[in-house]
Amino acid sequence: MKIQAEINGEMREFESSPWRRLLDVLRTDLRLTGTKEGCGEGECGACTVIVDGRPVDSCLVAVGQIDGRSVRTVEGLADGEILHDVQDALVRFGGTQCGICTPGIAVCAAHVIEREPGASRERLRELLSGNICRCTGYQLIVDAVADAAARRLARSDD
Amino acid sequence: MLSTTDGQQNSRRARNEGSVGRSIPRVDGVAKVTGRAQYVDDLELPGMLYGATVRSQIARGVLESITLDPDYDWTDIVLATAADIAGNNVIALIENDQPALVPIGGEIQHVDEAVALLAAPDRRRAREAVQHVRVTTTPLPAVFSMEEALSGQILLHGDDNVFKSFLIRKGGDIEAAMAGADLVIAGTYRTPAQEQMYIEPQGMLAHWDERGRCHIIGSLQCPYYVHKAMKVLLDRDDDGVVIEQSVTGGGFGGKEEYPSMIAAHAAIIARKAGCPVKLIYDRDEDIAATTKRHPAVIEHRLGLYSDGTIAAIDVDVVIDGGAYVTLSPVVLSRAILHASGPYRAGHVRVRGRAVATNTPPHGAFRGFGAPQTTFAYERQMAKAARALAMDPLEFRRKNMLRLGDTTATGQTLSYSVGSAKVLDAVARVAGEQTVGSGVDADPAAVHRGRGVSFYYHGAGFTGRGEVHLSGRAAVALLPDGRFEVRSSSTDIGQGTLTIFSQIAATALGVPLDRVSIADQSTRHVPDSGPTVASRTCMVVGRVVDVAAQKLRARIADWAEGNDLADKPTATQAAMMACDMAGTASGEVCETAQYEHPPGIEWDDDTYSGAAYPVYGWAACLVDVAVDPHTYEVAVERCVHAVDVGKAIHPIIVKGQIEGGTLQALGWALLENVVYDGGRVANASMTNCIVPTFADTPELETIIVEEPYPFGPHGAKGVGEIPMDGPAAAVASAIEDALGVPFDELPVLPEVIERKLDPESAS
Repeated sequence: MKIQAEINGEMREFESSPWRRLLDVLRTDLRLTGTKEGCGEGECGACTVIVDGRPVDSCLVAVGQIDGRSVRTVEGLADGEILHDVQDALVRFGGTQCGICTPGIAVCAAHVIEREPGASRERLRELLSGNICRCTGYQLIVDAVADAAARRLARSDD
Repeated sequence: MLSTTDGQQNSRRARNEGSVGRSIPRVDGVAKVTGRAQYVDDLELPGMLYGATVRSQIARGVLESITLDPDYDWTDIVLATAADIAGNNVIALIENDQPALVPIGGEIQHVDEAVALLAAPDRRRAREAVQHVRVTTTPLPAVFSMEEALSGQILLHGDDNVFKSFLIRKGGDIEAAMAGADLVIAGTYRTPAQEQMYIEPQGMLAHWDERGRCHIIGSLQCPYYVHKAMKVLLDRDDDGVVIEQSVTGGGFGGKEEYPSMIAAHAAIIARKAGCPVKLIYDRDEDIAATTKRHPAVIEHRLGLYSDGTIAAIDVDVVIDGGAYVTLSPVVLSRAILHASGPYRAGHVRVRGRAVATNTPPHGAFRGFGAPQTTFAYERQMAKAARALAMDPLEFRRKNMLRLGDTTATGQTLSYSVGSAKVLDAVARVAGEQTVGSGVDADPAAVHRGRGVSFYYHGAGFTGRGEVHLSGRAAVALLPDGRFEVRSSSTDIGQGTLTIFSQIAATALGVPLDRVSIADQSTRHVPDSGPTVASRTCMVVGRVVDVAAQKLRARIADWAEGNDLADKPTATQAAMMACDMAGTASGEVCETAQYEHPPGIEWDDDTYSGAAYPVYGWAACLVDVAVDPHTYEVAVERCVHAVDVGKAIHPIIVKGQIEGGTLQALGWALLENVVYDGGRVANASMTNCIVPTFADTPELETIIVEEPYPFGPHGAKGVGEIPMDGPAAAVASAIEDALGVPFDELPVLPEVIERKLDPESAS
């Protein structure tokens, strides 16, 4: 079928079987390889993208379901060369190690702090718990996301 | 060359050279947070096909035939079998006993062993086609447990199913020593297989060039391990195989030896297909077929005097090697060398055996045998302190190895012993209370308990291993004035690119942005030895440091000869290097090689002497809460003090410690690989779980620095030690909370239920 969707702010139109995984279409057809496959069954969160303001595992979404919707991937976080607060904090705080879970975590965390910049560390852990990282023990990621949230909150107070 | 002449220059130099010890932004950080980093599955080549692996469904038997479903369309699918292998059909490692593909007439040794390969235009079709390959076998009786292996009723290896055995002895007759003790504590400890669960599944991309050279790029820890194995398998010389690492999404040991198998498969099918083939495992396949931590059964006897000093230690270690030898002898070696712990004891005996079974081979995983034996001895020490009514930290302090003490293998510790410092660090946090409040009289109350553990980990290869490896690294001044570090130590997330940049920039006296790290290709980098054994920073980092210093001296000589010797600042040094690079024809390169510390001797025949040049030391404190109804265990607090010699990059060190700590907490409480007839019964991330954000407490990390004189800036290994000890602290904390011992991992809620309430559990 013909699918129309806004991908990272840009209207895209493409042909695809509606049953293919959104993950495969992003990676193969649109060459947006920042979205990663870790498990293919919605457990690890490495393929997290935002569809119409909701974080989803793109391995569990049929591409037909995004017709007429907006999709935000890791490639859509930074503003040109200016990193999103979450990306910048993940680098500064050591919240990325091997990096394979990082795009999914960055996407989810960006969504979380944009919605709930005042979230406590405990709340952040809960909101991010759909994303698995095997390297960090999560501590440095929580440090990074908490810092990014605080910066965002400070800006909104200005 | 860079002698400073005034204060301003001094401070500038301090800024530029001071990056060692500072947490600079990771050099690969931006690429990773933006999704630009290219992992193997992100790579494509023109005309590329997708590979898939046909695997055995039985644990043991003769492979009779491989045929194709005549009703399936095979026109665009390529099939390869063992008959397509040009060289020797083995994955060369310690013993050449493991085939790349089981040949027709050959014996299958485990479920999910590779028997054939397919390549198709897309991934879906490759996987679909696998279902249409018919594999016929004649099953043979198989061995599924260490006990069955040791019974010898079915022989898989030699006349006793033992791949390797070791014996360590110190002091006199162990039975006499035990008889002379006031108290003997004996226990049997069992630890399960553990899945590395790197989030990037394994994969390789292979292609053959027009000169018949095989290029393989993929997710791996050790380019030269793959290189060595492919030369044998493909019958090529050094130049006939090029191995390159793509950005690698975690390894933890899981991408130490197994990548040679996938590289072999990708190379075989790419050759048959005549075009590039990418072979990426899906998660279920990765869990089912690749290596895991060796299951272990450890019997430990601890003889004590009534004043709390250790009289004797006797340990018997059995690990399950699985179907082929792979790395089991060296895993066993490390297991037994750590089995008596960081404790003084006059009489020690440690025996170890690695046995053959028909499960997929177990292999490298962070800690490499030490977590298993550490669990056993630290549970024993917890029981000893309890039996003696001593404070558990005080008991450790009384018996810990100190500077000048002698280990079980007769090594006198002459430097960098952080034992007291890590115990002190944890004791400060523990305050007065080092054990929990004990068993609560109210059965409906949440049960809380505290456990501690204390341990050490030898960094680098065992004995004279580093001498045999003779790891090399080079630092080159390129024609454009930049510097390039060349080593085969890969970055698998642990920060190699960043810390090697820091070490080289510091040694050269140039700004960090003048230093880059060469791509990990066997064509470009010398063999620095594998990226394993907590050796990257300590061993190879030192070699990089020496190579960079040699290059700096050479530039200084050149500058002196050209009357430029008084250019002291880092920027000027870099400009001077540019001048030299411009003058020289091509690059200027200095190579260095590992040098063994003086006085560090080891005897492989008697297994005595200095097992490791130096040890890291660690102590851990864990508080748990056990739900009285569900028996779920929550770790409420985890404090980990680790002596790393020197933190080249404190945040990277912290990340290593915390990541290892959580893998250990997971191993203790919830990670579990379940086998059924030699097959992994829970081969998916849904059922084979690892800790999430929500399972994890705030981790408290204390970095202790007891410098190692032969490490770069005093650094020792850090990668593995955090995995070794927390599991014992967790089990001891649960014992503290519930009043009954837990000597088998994982301590799942149903395990607790069976122990506390055997009737209802049935």
